[in-house]
Amino acid sequence: MADTTTTTQASGAAQGAAPGSTGAPAVGKPADRPVKVIGIVCNWCSYAGADTAGVGRFRQPANLRLIRVPCTGRIDPLFALKAFQAGADGVLISGCHPGDCHYSEGNYYARRKFELLERMIHHLGIPEERFKWTWVSASEGQRWQKVVTEFVAGVEKLGPREGRAL
Amino acid sequence: MRIGVFVCHCGSNIAGTVDVAELAKRALTLKDVVHADHPMYTCSEPGQQAIIDAIKEKKLDRVVVSACSPHMHEVTFRRTCDKGGLNPYLFEMANIREHCSWIHTEMPVATEKAWDIIRMSVAKARQLEPLWSNEVDVNKDVLIIGGGVAGIQAALDLADAGLKVTIVEKETTIGGVMAKLDKTFPTIDCSACILTPRMVDCGQHQNITLMTYSEVEKVSGYVGNFTVDIRKKASMVDWTKCIGCEICVQKCPSKAPDVFNIGLEPTKAIYIPFPQAVPKRAAIQVDFCRYFQTGKCKVCERVCPAGAIDYEQKDEIVRKEFGAIVVATGLDVFPWEDYYGEYGSGKIKDVISGLQYERMLNASGPYGGHVHRLSNGEDPKTVVFIQCVGSRDESVNRPYCSGVCCMYTAKQALLTKDHVGMNTEVYVFYIDIRATGKGYEEFIKRVQTEFGVKYVRGRVSKLYESNGKVMVRGTDTLLGEQVEIAADLVVLATGITAAPGAKELAQKLNISYDEFGFMKEGHPKLRPVETNTAGVFLAGVCQGPKDIPATVAQASGTAAKVIGLLAKDKLKTSPMIAVVEQKNCVSCFKCIEVCPFSAPEKQEQRDGSFKSHVIETVCQGCGVCVATCPVNCIALKGFPTDAILDQIQEALLV
Repeated sequence: MADTTTTTQASGAAQGAAPGSTGAPAVGKPADRPVKVIGIVCNWCSYAGADTAGVGRFRQPANLRLIRVPCTGRIDPLFALKAFQAGADGVLISGCHPGDCHYSEGNYYARRKFELLERMIHHLGIPEERFKWTWVSASEGQRWQKVVTEFVAGVEKLGPREGRAL
Repeated sequence: MRIGVFVCHCGSNIAGTVDVAELAKRALTLKDVVHADHPMYTCSEPGQQAIIDAIKEKKLDRVVVSACSPHMHEVTFRRTCDKGGLNPYLFEMANIREHCSWIHTEMPVATEKAWDIIRMSVAKARQLEPLWSNEVDVNKDVLIIGGGVAGIQAALDLADAGLKVTIVEKETTIGGVMAKLDKTFPTIDCSACILTPRMVDCGQHQNITLMTYSEVEKVSGYVGNFTVDIRKKASMVDWTKCIGCEICVQKCPSKAPDVFNIGLEPTKAIYIPFPQAVPKRAAIQVDFCRYFQTGKCKVCERVCPAGAIDYEQKDEIVRKEFGAIVVATGLDVFPWEDYYGEYGSGKIKDVISGLQYERMLNASGPYGGHVHRLSNGEDPKTVVFIQCVGSRDESVNRPYCSGVCCMYTAKQALLTKDHVGMNTEVYVFYIDIRATGKGYEEFIKRVQTEFGVKYVRGRVSKLYESNGKVMVRGTDTLLGEQVEIAADLVVLATGITAAPGAKELAQKLNISYDEFGFMKEGHPKLRPVETNTAGVFLAGVCQGPKDIPATVAQASGTAAKVIGLLAKDKLKTSPMIAVVEQKNCVSCFKCIEVCPFSAPEKQEQRDGSFKSHVIETVCQGCGVCVATCPVNCIALKGFPTDAILDQIQEALLV
């Protein structure tokens, strides 16, 4: 996996030049690497919204990595904590607007969980600005661009996290 | 494990920003990856064949295609894997187009991001297991929501194909907006002459059940097996007895606003919208009925020769089962009075909407087709049409083009000359003329030259009354000068807005809609009449503004898709569902509490205890129970927890 590691570092350096990304690349000093954000999104609204943004060529910072799940109701809040544990600088959860859930009510269960997580996350030593949950519908490509751009900018303001542990 | 990775060029769509050859080379360095390639178009015939060959030659047991969105081609490539002899659920897609190459501009940045995405997908692929679909019986009845021309066309096509169709329509008659129109462009055909025979066909077809004055209350189930509760609104008239003779309407002493004629003249509290209504049945508008308001009257009951009046009638909920649902809820006219203060907010009598003018022109309308000024009843000498009222206007949150107003304005301008006389002065204020259909441009030219309608390019800034005229103040942007016209009648080319209740209906059906309330198709080109909810289809303006030919064509397209779906006796269900590992279940049954579909049930075990069990054909695979189970004993096939955690790990490898 040595190959992988070097290339991923290169990836970090390259992303320094990405639009919306700040900080000069400096290999070896973790504090200077570009931030990396994990997004977990539902298949029907936000993943499709990100598709709509892509089709519309709505430019976004390159710091986000998306994971698709059927519904935000399927997301265990521990996924977000696992991501922080694994070194994520930010975690973004997005699903269908209230009332629009493909499965009728999955997003309501998600809302309760992530409201709670948002409130308690600073107790784990993570500033709440590093965590965001929101709604983006399948037709809201432009809103997706805005959500991603603003969230990444907020995480960049805090910079990369130095330690990985929670 | 033997994984094959295919990094698609997609022409230059991906390869223009992502170094696909480099990524294919790097993919070979990943654990378990034994084959990697970078086809030009992976979805093309040779592209798919390359996958099939690689599965066979390299004995692949997992395939990762790194290309477009899974919403685009996941189904395609699952089929390809199946053809190659690989279980289709051992396939994973890495979206490096919509989520990467199309939103980034710099090759190094996009390439490294794509590399992360590919590694994440390979990590997920390692956790996949083969899955097999189940089969369920299909109910072959179809529900059509909305009885306008779209619903009528779809219903007739489906019924002719031998399927049982139920049309649910919120008004007392089918016909929709087209029934209100006088003529249709560009042929100046009589609208009623086209539509009313179709309405009658619907009413008489042995395979069509009309449920008018009804609305969809609740929808549950899934493709092939929907259960729908329909509210039959109380009309206070027993429709099994009513013969549509209209004596009650003639004798009723209470006036009520006429929705069908868009409020031009009042109707009666008991009413039949128009003479050709199907079904031709009376209904009482309770809010305006003297009996319901004061407790005295009952004139209709006394005069009804059929004894059909029933003041005690209540709303009724009817439950029906369907295999497919077609949404054809149509449109509403943009409520211009609420937005255009500069046009008088509806207070100037001689300023009317396009649809009101249509009723004025119509021989079966409230004025028998007599075009006149509403202020004094005189024939107008100067008529001004204003286009784009509630269309292409961001200040009223309607940036879209309604698509029909240019054409209906031209038609109405022609008909004005026809009804009132060729010496009538007719002006049209326009932004651009959009005449893109067959014969449309020629029609506009004919209106301008043969009928002498004067087109003025520019927007009208103000309408006001002066000396019994409506003063139209605007700009002629071609001449660059101010224009002021003293008009007798002003007709606003009011745009299309989504039908009231469209969002609520979309939510009941679990389908997507846009910010304006138009429902979202599966894909604009590949799945234009499907929605993202299997078994729910779209027809007509509910999906977006369109004219009658496009609506009818789409409705027939929808019918073809429904026939295709229901031609099968069994449907394959998605195997990506929740499964309980019963040995770890602690019988808390929280899964039963949270499931929106009542898929988990208590299943008796040999020892007499109960454990949770998910009914395969009911589960929709949302995974809410999976995230709820306190002992993690429910797995979601296709989205295993380990896969999600591995994707997180892989994304963050630094």
